[in-house]
Amino acid sequence: MEHEDILHRCFRCGYCKLPGNYVDLNCPSYLSFRFETYAPGGRMWLLRAWLDEKISASRRFAEIMFSCATCGNCVTHCAFPEFRDRLLLAFTAGKEAFLDAGMVPPAVRDYLTKIQLHGNAYGKSIKKSLQWLEDIEGFKNQEYLLFTDDVGNFDPRGQEIAQSVATLLQKAGVSFGVIKGELKTDANDVNAMGEIPLFEELARHNIDVLNNTNVKRIITLSPHSFNALKNDYPALGGQYQVFHYTQVMAFAMGGLKFSDQVEQLNVSFHDPCYLGRHNLDYESARTVLRSTPGITLVEMDRNRKNALCCGGGGGNFFTDMLSGGDDSSARARVRESADAGARVLAVACPMCAVMLEDAVKTENLDHRIEVREISEIVNAQLG
Amino acid sequence: MTTDLIAQLGEIVGPRFVSGEAEERYLYSMDQGTMPPSEPDAVVMPANTDDVQKIVRLANTLNVPIVPMGAGLVLSGLTRALRGGIILDMKRMNHVLEVNPYSRYAVVEGGTSQGMLKAYLKKHHPGLKHSMPDAPPIATLAGNICIHGSGHLSVLGGSHSDMLTGMEVVLPSGDIVRTGSCSVTGEWFGRSPLPDLSGLFLGWSGTTGIVTKLGIKLFPNYKHNDVLIFVSENADVMPDMISKLTGTQVAEDMTPWMTPKPEWARGFLHINIAFGAHTKKELVFKRNLLQASVKHYIDDKVAGFLPLPPPQKGRFLKIPSPDLARFADLRKGGGFEYVGAIMGIEHFPEAYREGLAIAEKYQVGYSLGARIIGAGHCMMFFFAYAFNRADPDDIKRASDALEATNEAALKMGGIPWKAELPSQKQIIEKMDPSTFSLMNQIRDMLDANRIMNPGNWEK
Amino acid sequence: MNPIKFDPDVCVNCETVDCLMKCQYINFNDMSEAKEEKLKINDGKSSRVLDECLTCYACQEYCPFGNNPFYLLVERQEEKGILPSPRPIIEEQLRMMKPKGRISKEAVSGPVVDMCAFPMLTGCVRGKLFEGASIIVGTDIFCNIMWLHFAKNSTIRERVPEAIDNIMTYYMKEADTDELICFHDECYGTYTSVADAYAIDVPFKPVHQFDYYKERLAVLNESITPINAKIAYQRPCSNRLCPRTDNVLDDIFEAIGAERVPRTYDRENALCCGGVPRAHQRDELADELVEKNIDDMKAYGATYCVFNCPFCMATLGQEVAEQGLMPILVSDLIQIALGD
Repeated sequence: MEHEDILHRCFRCGYCKLPGNYVDLNCPSYLSFRFETYAPGGRMWLLRAWLDEKISASRRFAEIMFSCATCGNCVTHCAFPEFRDRLLLAFTAGKEAFLDAGMVPPAVRDYLTKIQLHGNAYGKSIKKSLQWLEDIEGFKNQEYLLFTDDVGNFDPRGQEIAQSVATLLQKAGVSFGVIKGELKTDANDVNAMGEIPLFEELARHNIDVLNNTNVKRIITLSPHSFNALKNDYPALGGQYQVFHYTQVMAFAMGGLKFSDQVEQLNVSFHDPCYLGRHNLDYESARTVLRSTPGITLVEMDRNRKNALCCGGGGGNFFTDMLSGGDDSSARARVRESADAGARVLAVACPMCAVMLEDAVKTENLDHRIEVREISEIVNAQLG
Repeated sequence: MTTDLIAQLGEIVGPRFVSGEAEERYLYSMDQGTMPPSEPDAVVMPANTDDVQKIVRLANTLNVPIVPMGAGLVLSGLTRALRGGIILDMKRMNHVLEVNPYSRYAVVEGGTSQGMLKAYLKKHHPGLKHSMPDAPPIATLAGNICIHGSGHLSVLGGSHSDMLTGMEVVLPSGDIVRTGSCSVTGEWFGRSPLPDLSGLFLGWSGTTGIVTKLGIKLFPNYKHNDVLIFVSENADVMPDMISKLTGTQVAEDMTPWMTPKPEWARGFLHINIAFGAHTKKELVFKRNLLQASVKHYIDDKVAGFLPLPPPQKGRFLKIPSPDLARFADLRKGGGFEYVGAIMGIEHFPEAYREGLAIAEKYQVGYSLGARIIGAGHCMMFFFAYAFNRADPDDIKRASDALEATNEAALKMGGIPWKAELPSQKQIIEKMDPSTFSLMNQIRDMLDANRIMNPGNWEK
Repeated sequence: MNPIKFDPDVCVNCETVDCLMKCQYINFNDMSEAKEEKLKINDGKSSRVLDECLTCYACQEYCPFGNNPFYLLVERQEEKGILPSPRPIIEEQLRMMKPKGRISKEAVSGPVVDMCAFPMLTGCVRGKLFEGASIIVGTDIFCNIMWLHFAKNSTIRERVPEAIDNIMTYYMKEADTDELICFHDECYGTYTSVADAYAIDVPFKPVHQFDYYKERLAVLNESITPINAKIAYQRPCSNRLCPRTDNVLDDIFEAIGAERVPRTYDRENALCCGGVPRAHQRDELADELVEKNIDDMKAYGATYCVFNCPFCMATLGQEVAEQGLMPILVSDLIQIALGD
């Protein structure tokens, strides 16, 4: 198994369970399940034991492997600089080995099957993707292509966010277009789940479409798409300049004209893992918020590289491997935001939006806090 | 039996928080040290004292062993289920319950981690801090206190067990008892003036009860902090140096260290001295006191303070330091265990030489050092060995070195703390028979069925 | 072993004994006492100066005859077994800074910047100021001048030729230039002043960083935006070995619009940063020097404290920042003016 050489080097010191300031548990699967087996160190030792034939692959073991949200907290906070960058890669390799062994939780199997058959996690025809998007031009060599993920394409809430982002980019004078009905899922989470051949197939399809349409620069709606297109597509022939939309907006805010009457809001920003820890951008979204009149940023205890993942990564948004429970990371996160004194919890990822909105309802915090996507916040202040 | 046990445990904590699955049984069968695995039948995670009580009563009914576990970082295998049974993973009980800023104490649950208390104090009571061991921040307060741990305020406040102000404990019978002032007033300011029952649960390796709450002393958190590193070449003068430095009574922490790597450090004995102050003037005053205490060594040019530019001091002031965990990768193998022998500081030279000899004999990656406890009242001298978990020969070498070190420590008048099983037997051999007899009487009285972490502290 | 280049008759005939009379840290009742102590040193006898010396290098600058008073003092310290610092401190430093044999051939082309043993500062070599520069760095090319502070001329004699040999073998021999730009004053001092005094051959041409910066600023004149700020300059001990470069620095400051405040403890009167006194276990003296130095900077309304020496910056930088001045290296200040 790739990266198996690092498995035995894990000391199970537990730094991976915590953020850098130790305020609370920060590994979504460990937070949910609390058994040592569900922590990154547990996975390392179990994989080693499996390869040494001390334990067998089992339904439980598969659940342990696929419940990893790939948030990167372990990579950021592991005490061992020599191999911490390879932790998630080792888990992906482990998941790949489980897939090869046919040991896959049903929800994961169903998720991957849908994607294989339909090119997206919703089982919808990709011909329908973005057909609903209003007043946005098709891509015809504008400066950017706006690339939307599955949630932005097919989830009603995600569609609202996609429309909002597109509208904001237009108001900011950004030259962009969209490709309707051709692109498949970015497959970032398929990759993270170790289903490499499927990821490559999907990526190559998208690359063909993008190259044939002469796309050079891409703005993504979702940080998951941002991560895949920026970091994983180049090896397969997809060479583009890729930005998350907040990175483009951070430079375009000066061109916006805000209303004289803006709402005064305390806003906390939830760092999405694939923009923050994975790609080290903690500031673009904050720049957008700081440049928006009426917004006061209030930081949660766990912010930037210490952010608590919403729990949607690693395919969990669709597979729900982490399941609910009082200590699911989404619920813990909205509690944290309310405690920080925020009225609005700002997100920059459609998955985070859905996960955290559901959590607000479950926690009965509707009266105290509202989840809003960043473009929705800015659009509202533009009047 | 196991299926029934798990079902009944599930009725107490909810099925989500109990497991008898192979994965949990494997992982919880061992820790990061050299002791061989011993699998439990079930792992259960209580949420509160009520859960713990019910679990203990069930264990008694079924006559099933029970092993309380914090973070499982003890390294000497004390949280293994030597006779099967239930491992009680306490870490769901991780809340800070109370902080009293005037009488400077905190009350926490039995699974609260060092790191979370640190973060809590930083946010809510920045003028206060607690003594942290060099263990990773997920280590629990209860676990460390119950094994008489020590940490970065131990020169100031003694062992961590000295900093305990009271406990709530679930006895092996399932009864709940409180020790210290909280048993009378509901306030947790101290163990005096009552008969000190806390001692029934300190140093017993979880064989007398399960700590569900504890009170610990807090200390002023200084705005200004500094560290000095005193370097010498001669182990024979270390007791005197330590005595003189602790005699100033201004240090919070003092940790000698002697390592073969980095290469420049080999053969030198360093003492890290940490201290703090409310003002810079006070900080300089304390620094001068410390330096003056060892002036004649400096004047004789046989020892001196390392010139550390301020940017380099941060690493030595980071609490906890990740360096301890990183030592485990010395052999690129994630394995690390140490003998921490509590002994008088006059044994320093002997302990140092013995440590070097053992490391040489067994060809193990090593680090030697100590933590001074109190005003030089004793020290925890540690002989740490790293090993490659994937290399059985390496594990054997480390294991043999540890055994030899335990013997050597006892021979020179030290006592290994958090002693692993073989070392416990060595200690019992040397122990006053009436002391051991009393230990057994207490255990028999508290734990008639001997369900609490059996296999430990037995001949 | 080559003796230190020194003429005893010069000192016998000297009428000012500037080397000791101008010393900021050792007091003499009068010139005759100073002369007596100087002649004791020259003759290899015991002198209190050997024990009290702060090792600030200043006497090298003060001596109008270039008669190497400081290097000779260090020689005598070592001959007599006088340790400015406790032995374990010196031994650990010797081990820390010894050549490690971790060096491999690398193609370099001019301008070649010698970063000595400061790998953490290689990021300073950037932008227009250092366009096209190659960097060499590591303990295998460490200049070793620091042993002057620890009475270890023997180590200088042993390791400097080895460092020079490494520079040539691994970098300069096949380079397209024989000029080596010394990022740190101390390196320049080693390859000029020390090399001359200790008769060590230097087959490349050491270039002081200030000479390089001045030349570059002339070329980049159009890119300069004056910073219009008052700066306090912390002149390091090593600059005493090449005092002419202090005037070059004035030209640099003028070019970038930095006003070097005429503070008390600058130029010939510069104060030690306090780093070496701490190594000599003289912390209280170091505290005093730091307080005087920074009070002096503040009294003249400086907003920046500009450092030439990275060790001074490591020693003083935090203190300076806490007192409201921005610590910055000369090269970084220039880069601000160049918009980099």
